[in-house]
Amino acid sequence: MSEVIWGLATSHVPSIGAAMDRGLTSDPVWAPLFEGYAPARTWLADKTPDVAILIYNDHANGIDLDIVPTFAIGTAERYRVADEGFGRRPVPDVVGAPDLSFHLLQHLMDEGFDLTVFQELDVDHGFTVPLSVWTPDPGDAWPCPVVPILVNVIQYPQPTAARCYALGKALGRAIASFDGARTVGILGTGGMSHQLAGARAGFINPDFDAMFLDAIENDPEKLAALTREDYIRQAGSEGIELIMWLVMRGAMNERVRKVHAAYHVPASNTAAGLALFDNRVAQHA
Amino acid sequence: MTSRISPDLPGTYVFDGPTSRRGLNMNKLFMSLRSETARTEFLADERAYCARFSLSEEQTAAVLARDWQAMLDLGGSIFYIYKLAMMDGLSMQYLGGVFTGMSEADFKAALLAGGRTDV
Repeated sequence: MSEVIWGLATSHVPSIGAAMDRGLTSDPVWAPLFEGYAPARTWLADKTPDVAILIYNDHANGIDLDIVPTFAIGTAERYRVADEGFGRRPVPDVVGAPDLSFHLLQHLMDEGFDLTVFQELDVDHGFTVPLSVWTPDPGDAWPCPVVPILVNVIQYPQPTAARCYALGKALGRAIASFDGARTVGILGTGGMSHQLAGARAGFINPDFDAMFLDAIENDPEKLAALTREDYIRQAGSEGIELIMWLVMRGAMNERVRKVHAAYHVPASNTAAGLALFDNRVAQHA
Repeated sequence: MTSRISPDLPGTYVFDGPTSRRGLNMNKLFMSLRSETARTEFLADERAYCARFSLSEEQTAAVLARDWQAMLDLGGSIFYIYKLAMMDGLSMQYLGGVFTGMSEADFKAALLAGGRTDV
């Protein structure tokens, strides 16, 4: 029996990692963002799980457009940090947890989620930036092994928010039936509102983001009921990444406790959000 | 709940299946630019490099002229187009300025002021 002990949702903007890698976190432009992370990092510091699961999307680094898996899972022992065209980030490669990957794969497949399997995968900023948000100074290794779960959010039609939430629910059941770990941390990444291309580039919707930050804790069904058109219209064409937070939320208990949340505009072209939830709280009878 | 066609939202590119088909060769070229060797080969003869990836004449012209808007219109994905921009030392804010008719400085200022909330 494994237990999800916390869920961390965070934006994964590449420049957040670049700011850390270049020592710019105290720069006036960046300081408010990183100050917002501090309470979450403090809380997480003594709650390292046995293993983590990180839900993210690739951005033209580990996956080409010739094959676009809707949902996928990595089953490797190690995942190399990708060279996105400007050299690899100076962070450790990721140690995987194949036993957990295969357990999740079988359980999810039995529940009707037919995941694509990555036996090799270079992980890009979508993966390493959230790890850095969690652990700013990893040294030679990240705090624990991490299993990647990938969601296509780049090429339309993306999976629906409802399907992502259902995947999360099944993921939660799969984790609970795994004997190989005691504690699990789960990370949902991407968002919040942003749009990179078109005449609406630079679009930010703080009202939608505030609604989302509240509902991801208290009413995730409301977010699962939104169509992909709703996400693209209200959060921007890249804001649809937020559906990946629903995979994380679905894997958690009905009731969670918000440890900390932060919101800052901008990280480059994006509204950067963070929400950390304690999963070990009393549930309704 | 579900939708059969991509939404038509003003000022918004939805990278759907037909768009991805149209831009596949060009996007594959952009992805190749992650490697130093490929960037060197590209810069040595950009037209020949475009031919190697079977880009259409329109796509080739857009790439050679760094017509970022045309690359979007011809099936480019912003995440892939960005590989070429990075090679040129240009930022996503620069591209945002191009797409919105602003200078890079004005686009950055708009984001720093809270983003474009009225579009």
